[in-house]
Amino acid sequence: MEETFKTVKTDVLVIGAGGAGMRASIAVKEAGLDVVMVTKSLLGKAHTVMAEGGIAAALGNVDPQDNWKVHYGDIIEEGVYISNWRMAEICAKEAPDRVFELESYGALFDRTPDGRILQRAFGAHTYRRLCHVGDRTGLEIIKTLEDQILHRDVKFYDEMYITKIVVKNGKACGAIGIKMNTGEFHYFQAKSVIVATGGCGRVYKVTSNSWESTGDGLGLSYEAGAVLKDMEMIQFHPTGMVYPPGVKGLLITEAVRGEGGILLNSKGERYMLRYSPQKKELDARDVVARANYREIQEGRGTEHGGVYLDITSKGADYIKHKLPSMYMQFMEFAGVDITKEKMEVAPTVHYQMGGIRVDPETGHSSLEGLFAAGEVASGLHGANRLGGNSLADILVFGRRAGIGAAEYSKKAKDIDVDAKVINEEISRVKGFLRKDGKNPYELIDRLTTAMSDHVGIVRTKEEIEKAIKIINELKEDYKNVGTLGSFKYNHGLLGCLELGNMLIATEAISRAALMREESRGAHTRVDFPKKDKKWLKNIEIKKADSGMQFNVVPVEEMPEEYKQYAKPEEY
Amino acid sequence: MTDINLKIYRFNPEEESVGKFVEYKVPYVDGMVVLDAVRYVQEKIDPTLAIRWNCKAAKCGSCSAEINNRPSLMCKTRVDSIGNNISVAPMGAYPNIKDLVTDISANWSILKKIPPFTPKPGMEKPWRIHPADVERSKEFKKCIECFLCQDVCHVIREHNTKYFGPRHMVKAASMDMHPLDVLDRSEFLDNEGGIGFCNITKCCQDVCPEHIHITDNAIIQEKERAADLKYDPIAMIIKRRKSRKEKVVK
Ligand SMILES: Cc1cc2nc3c(=O)[nH]c(=O)nc-3n(C[C@H](O)[C@H](O)[C@H](O)COP(=O)(O)OP(=O)(O)OC[C@H]3O[C@@H](n4cnc5c(N)ncnc54)[C@H](O)[C@@H]3O)c2cc1C
Ligand code: SF4
Ligand code: SF4
Ligand code: FES
Repeated sequence: MEETFKTVKTDVLVIGAGGAGMRASIAVKEAGLDVVMVTKSLLGKAHTVMAEGGIAAALGNVDPQDNWKVHYGDIIEEGVYISNWRMAEICAKEAPDRVFELESYGALFDRTPDGRILQRAFGAHTYRRLCHVGDRTGLEIIKTLEDQILHRDVKFYDEMYITKIVVKNGKACGAIGIKMNTGEFHYFQAKSVIVATGGCGRVYKVTSNSWESTGDGLGLSYEAGAVLKDMEMIQFHPTGMVYPPGVKGLLITEAVRGEGGILLNSKGERYMLRYSPQKKELDARDVVARANYREIQEGRGTEHGGVYLDITSKGADYIKHKLPSMYMQFMEFAGVDITKEKMEVAPTVHYQMGGIRVDPETGHSSLEGLFAAGEVASGLHGANRLGGNSLADILVFGRRAGIGAAEYSKKAKDIDVDAKVINEEISRVKGFLRKDGKNPYELIDRLTTAMSDHVGIVRTKEEIEKAIKIINELKEDYKNVGTLGSFKYNHGLLGCLELGNMLIATEAISRAALMREESRGAHTRVDFPKKDKKWLKNIEIKKADSGMQFNVVPVEEMPEEYKQYAKPEEY
Repeated sequence: MTDINLKIYRFNPEEESVGKFVEYKVPYVDGMVVLDAVRYVQEKIDPTLAIRWNCKAAKCGSCSAEINNRPSLMCKTRVDSIGNNISVAPMGAYPNIKDLVTDISANWSILKKIPPFTPKPGMEKPWRIHPADVERSKEFKKCIECFLCQDVCHVIREHNTKYFGPRHMVKAASMDMHPLDVLDRSEFLDNEGGIGFCNITKCCQDVCPEHIHITDNAIIQEKERAADLKYDPIAMIIKRRKSRKEKVVK
């Protein structure tokens, strides 16, 4: 059928306006090419805005011993040796430049007494390394980059939901999207496409992630034919809010424990003494998250399904001074005065380490013409991400993907696509608008509940299989999903489209989790509690005729001279 | 608390020329925020309800609306703080797209007009900035661009397009207070930004979810500097030079 749509032609299309997408767009513009940036939320609202703690860069301002080699070693060790060594090197070396660049764009970081950028300590970083703006580093980064986008006249379409990446002759050459406020379809014809769509935290019931983190980029790229990897690696943060419902999953910064907060179960027992007698509450994120989880699972949780985090012993003045935003957050959202009452907390899904496999130098994916950067890309963080490394990641690799795509586009030719392809996609989307469709929100609820219940922090074969069974049932139900209304600002319709991507992401996560029969980093199998040398591997995923195809590949070995920067792996 | 009587403004310009309030019954859940109630309607009653939200943590500034006539963030307003008769309407200062969603894109063109951060040329890198100097701009940098201040401002509500509005005064102030910025945007705000239209009612700072003292610390300061420049430009320049010198750390 003939459908109406607008055609927009550009050299590079950037999908996503978080830190990665904006930095990539700036790089394309700097290379002198035409760029169009699209985002499904409004400009300046991307998930990056929520980042709190800071951006990791080995400036050595506070601890002069710090340098890129130490940072590199931390990434490799915390990623439990399945990170891409070259990405770790690039990130550690280039993060300082990206921080100074932000400053030259007008960002104002907190300072040391002698006027240099202040750096704070964070879990598993050897030295104090996180450059920060109080506890709203993400906001400063987003607003600073937004300024650049506006003043450099980068063309952008916000509230533009991309439904498909267009591929012809094995090359990505554009995308199709709906402009939410008008309901008009757009076809973006581009010589290359950069995917910077962020993570997929919202495939879980309880997450610290914003509404838009539904793994769209994973689904879009997978369908286009790109390889995904490390999808089983999902980071749980130990302390998310559990109550009230409106803020379930909302992050409680690690600093609460840093300042002396202790964890208690409903019996009043300080259980971390049992799990980790030495480091107690300040052990690594995965250790504390698993402990919290176990207490709740074994029936020693609180009324709302959490454990207690208690900082009251520090006294009101101290708490208000050291943790002002946490004080406000609990006061305003939960009506809890944390200077007098205990907080209820539980692990919350926080970050996706896996994603699109990319070339470390350029961000080029396995599909020609398709690039990726930011949380949607994989490789840097391996089996576990260090706090602060994501903000470094999105700027360092956002820029590189921008340069990479610009170089590629300079040489590439325009690819014309038959209008039929666009018409077909519009018809597919139209198919969701129907009277008797299954409510997408109900299906999403079942999916996210299944993921939280069965592919959580602690996994077993039986549990993961339950999730896979539910995912398969939902894939059937998905055929009948639908909603009333039109194309214009229709959240129900977006729910239908997002669910498609969520099903791909969850199948990838679950099946990779089932394959990896060991425990490494964020991935814990109760039935395989030890790390296993034969799993010093990455699991790669690609679309095949028969469905998802999984490939186990060895981790690329780092050059001999780099081995001294990280402790050798022990089994 | 019993069920909530939630009145939501519904408007679909494809089908009607005026909107109306539609009442929904929403079960009260302890501690819920208005956004929870509105999303209940969207998820369980009518998925076509158009709302805008993203972070659900009062950090992104997407979910602005008029709750019981007061411009507020839906994700930050607890139901038990306002009772169970609740009305939610879109921001009135902006053109309505559908239901609770408005077109705020006019703000992008205004932001493009405000001269960007312009550092002193030739400074040795990495820059040194005194911690105390960072503080001055910090308050303005807390802005999450929810545009609630714009919504409440009577000048904007009267569709006076000559005035940029409070959010943009805050933006300009954030750069004017930047210790390494060399521009003074006050004259520009006076000539181009219509700062003179602001008659200091302070309604804007009253609704700011980030508690920014928009009128006291941004607008009045910019107004005063603009006036100084007008009446005594040379003294003003000297004053500025002096304060600059103090700001830079050796
Ligand atoms: C509460 C919290 C605190 C954090 N704190 C820190 C911290 O202190 N330090 C740190 O390093 N990291 C932190 N992180 C992680 C970090 O914020 C994110 O990993 C990072 O911001 C991701 O950036 P991004 O650019 O890859 O994607 P995002 O910022 O998620 O942006 C994704 C973009 O893609 C767009 N998009 C998605 N799908 C589509 C589609 N279908 N069509 C069109 N557009 C689409 C979205 O609209 C958005 O613009 C934190 C995360 C959370 C949740
Ligand atoms: S103080 Fe000025 S900007 Fe603020 S609401 Fe009043 S008139 Fe508008
Ligand atoms: S100044 Fe306050 S009210 Fe105005 S846009 Fe910024 S955060 Fe919102
Ligand atoms: S949803 Fe982000 S401020 Fe309310």
